[in-house]
Amino acid sequence: MARGIKDKVAILGMGCSRFGERWESGAEELMVEAYEEALLDAGIDGSQLDAAWFSTHYEEINVGKGGLPLATALRLPNIAVTRVENFCASGSEAFRGAVYAVASGACDIALALGVEKLKDTGYGGLPGSLGGTLNAQWAATGSAPGNFAQLASAYRAKHGVSRKDLKRALAHISVKSHANGAKNDKAHLRKPITEEQALNAPMIAEPLGLFDCCGVSDGAAACIVTTPEIAKQLGKERIVTVKALQLSLSNGSEAGHNSWDGSYFHTTRIAARKAYEEAGIKKPREEVSMFECHDCFSVTELVTMEDLQLSAEGGAITDVLDGFYDAEGTIPCQIDGGLKCFGHPIGASGIRMLYEMYLQLSHRAGPRQLDAPRIGMTHNLGGSPMSNVAAVCIIGAAE
Amino acid sequence: MAGISAYGAYVPRLRLARSAIAAAHQWSDPSFKGKGKGERAIANWDEDAITMAVEAARDCLAHGAAPGPEASASLDALYLASTTLPFADRQNAGIVATALSLDGQRRTLDITGSQRAGTTALLEALHAVSGPYSDQALVVGTDKRPAKVASAGELAYGDGAAALLVEEGEGLLTFLAGVTETTDFVDHFRGAGEAFDYTWEERWIRDEGISQIVPEAVNAVLAKAGVEASAIDHFIFPSTIGRAADGVAKSVGIKAEALGDNLSATLGECGTAHALVMLSHLLEGGLKPGALVLVAAFGQGCDALLFRATEAAAAPQGKLGVRGHLALGKTSDNYMQYLAFNDLVTLEKGMRAERDDYKTALSVTYRKRDMLLALEGGKCTQCGTLQFPRTDICVNPQCGAHHTQEPHSFRDSKASVLTWSADYLTYIPNPPSHYGMITFEDGGRFMTDFTDVDVGELDVGTPVKMMFRIKSRDGLRGFVRYFWKAVPQRGQDA
Repeated sequence: MARGIKDKVAILGMGCSRFGERWESGAEELMVEAYEEALLDAGIDGSQLDAAWFSTHYEEINVGKGGLPLATALRLPNIAVTRVENFCASGSEAFRGAVYAVASGACDIALALGVEKLKDTGYGGLPGSLGGTLNAQWAATGSAPGNFAQLASAYRAKHGVSRKDLKRALAHISVKSHANGAKNDKAHLRKPITEEQALNAPMIAEPLGLFDCCGVSDGAAACIVTTPEIAKQLGKERIVTVKALQLSLSNGSEAGHNSWDGSYFHTTRIAARKAYEEAGIKKPREEVSMFECHDCFSVTELVTMEDLQLSAEGGAITDVLDGFYDAEGTIPCQIDGGLKCFGHPIGASGIRMLYEMYLQLSHRAGPRQLDAPRIGMTHNLGGSPMSNVAAVCIIGAAE
Repeated sequence: MAGISAYGAYVPRLRLARSAIAAAHQWSDPSFKGKGKGERAIANWDEDAITMAVEAARDCLAHGAAPGPEASASLDALYLASTTLPFADRQNAGIVATALSLDGQRRTLDITGSQRAGTTALLEALHAVSGPYSDQALVVGTDKRPAKVASAGELAYGDGAAALLVEEGEGLLTFLAGVTETTDFVDHFRGAGEAFDYTWEERWIRDEGISQIVPEAVNAVLAKAGVEASAIDHFIFPSTIGRAADGVAKSVGIKAEALGDNLSATLGECGTAHALVMLSHLLEGGLKPGALVLVAAFGQGCDALLFRATEAAAAPQGKLGVRGHLALGKTSDNYMQYLAFNDLVTLEKGMRAERDDYKTALSVTYRKRDMLLALEGGKCTQCGTLQFPRTDICVNPQCGAHHTQEPHSFRDSKASVLTWSADYLTYIPNPPSHYGMITFEDGGRFMTDFTDVDVGELDVGTPVKMMFRIKSRDGLRGFVRYFWKAVPQRGQDA
């Protein structure tokens, strides 16, 4: 394996807009909101940026294609801006571009910014995607909830779980994220819910009800990265560095070869294994302090616990119901409310996850602050269970 | 000598109780009160004359004595009869042929324009095989007849298709003689581009049309074969007009017991397909060797065909047929659903239905025609892995060989459900949208739409079979996209 980028890149500053139904703001205003907070946190101004990476998924309802929307909205100093798109993992992809630029020495200071303006469609939920001229002629008629709900059927069959037990665990996941989101003044959904509410919600895609689905939100998140040395020179305290950053993409085997059983994410397992190796983590369940996973749907969170090697295979339901991942549990998960309640402006989500881990490691998470976390992990996923992009990032205090 | 050597049929799973139609219209026309008897077959939203034709042809070719499509090297012609074909200019028979892997150097033609198109197609095939022009021909009749709301047709019609294989030799039914009488008698018409039929008075049609024209053709065919009318054992003559067939039989001297079930109580009248549907239905019961079968159909004249049953007709061929499909029916009293499926009411479909993404890249449709229409994937000649779609590089992670795949159709392969969901968010004309991953018994898988499925019916492991269906319609440009969907195997179908 390559030497990796452990401790080569530091986070200089981060910002995140308020997420939600931002009727008053367009993508440009959301970008500026996140950018200004990140600049303030970094203690620099825009002229010090060497390059930027910009992530957004639905260019047709956001700002169009290319890097120009970011360069223009932020009046960047005529630097290189690259637009990246990798489904719901686009934010992690932007972060990866900026981090690799700094790690390579090509840039001293780089910006990653993700945005999504979803609430200009006229209806709830995400717009459909076409997938190209051939896929449109044969691919199954689906939505995101219906695609991810497929996991539930295979997981139940594989582990012999009743629908009732599965639904209870899924409800616990959503109740926990709502409780966490209530403490986050930037979150989209801030009302706690009960297990009964989750269980009795209207059906969206069997077995997922309304409360099993994350918020469809507007928002932006930004991250400025540099080397640990420059961060120190600029007076940064409690420096947080990148320990690992790994992506894994499906190559069609889950969708086309009978070796995959449909109950887990093949790519998440690969990205997690590589990330732990890059970060030097041997026992994830003991070493990871906290994490944000891609809880687009409650069932995604459930199976991801196992794919990240935090729960034993088939053991996630017990861990979830035992409160292992609650805010007071052993490894708190979605401390900021997650996609579920903080919200899911697609291009921003990967960076939003890092924002919470960074705040926690910087001891600036306010009412959500955990007790002395050391290692924070993000898991950002795009696509569907059978064909997807999985990104795992690990950050922690500089060594 | 030519004969019919195999038969098959397709009837959509959904049946609409006529009582539901009658109940909907009694407020405006009290005469509907007495018309609510029995049920009629209705196509699902994703079925049309082409999809039903493909399924009837598969029933005819796939089971029993007839060879499967791949083995049908001698099949050199496909006749598709219907007056409700989805394309006015794109050969519909060519779509059916490609779906069955019967494209290439074969004659394919659409026969349309009259309610006797089904019998005309059969007659043409028999003549071609009797002569030097054809060895084996497939004749498919199919119709999904549109009817105005509260019209007589709405009650009388049924959606369905039947297929007959015609080849040299005696077959099950040996062809003795055929006659066509052409008379421009306009009992009804549908102008080019019009959605519905315009029909004249029933009594005039019966007394001046059927009673005059049909006996002439029937008598002519009997004379041609030297057969007495009283010797006819089975007389098939479809008509939506009550007792029209009895009247013809009586006037020419065919015995009353020769008239079989016209399927109006259970299926409805399938237009051009109906004579073939009734013939398939008759053959499915097994026929006494030597029995004489007379088939006639009316439409701007009359076709009359005479057959004699052979020893081979005594035992049923084991097709699903009309009987099998009727047994698999699901009766519904949801009249509004029927209206919605047939675009007979303006529905609020929600913004999700608005997406104009249905322009079809025809160059892609052509390049991938075997994949899209014949469900052809690949088999890796290096590792043996079956896969869909066929690509340049093998999908097996342990193999990955380049350019090793030979064509393999999954059309007739058995499969089961690996994952599924019932999705209430996605727009589909028949919610919830069921879709999921299916795995084929011998290898291969893909994410598919399920159709003809009830809520709560699917589970991991549920056996399914593939059916040819409408994938989507492009209303703006009038195009229909076809692909295959998975349907749960049920009853004698399994």
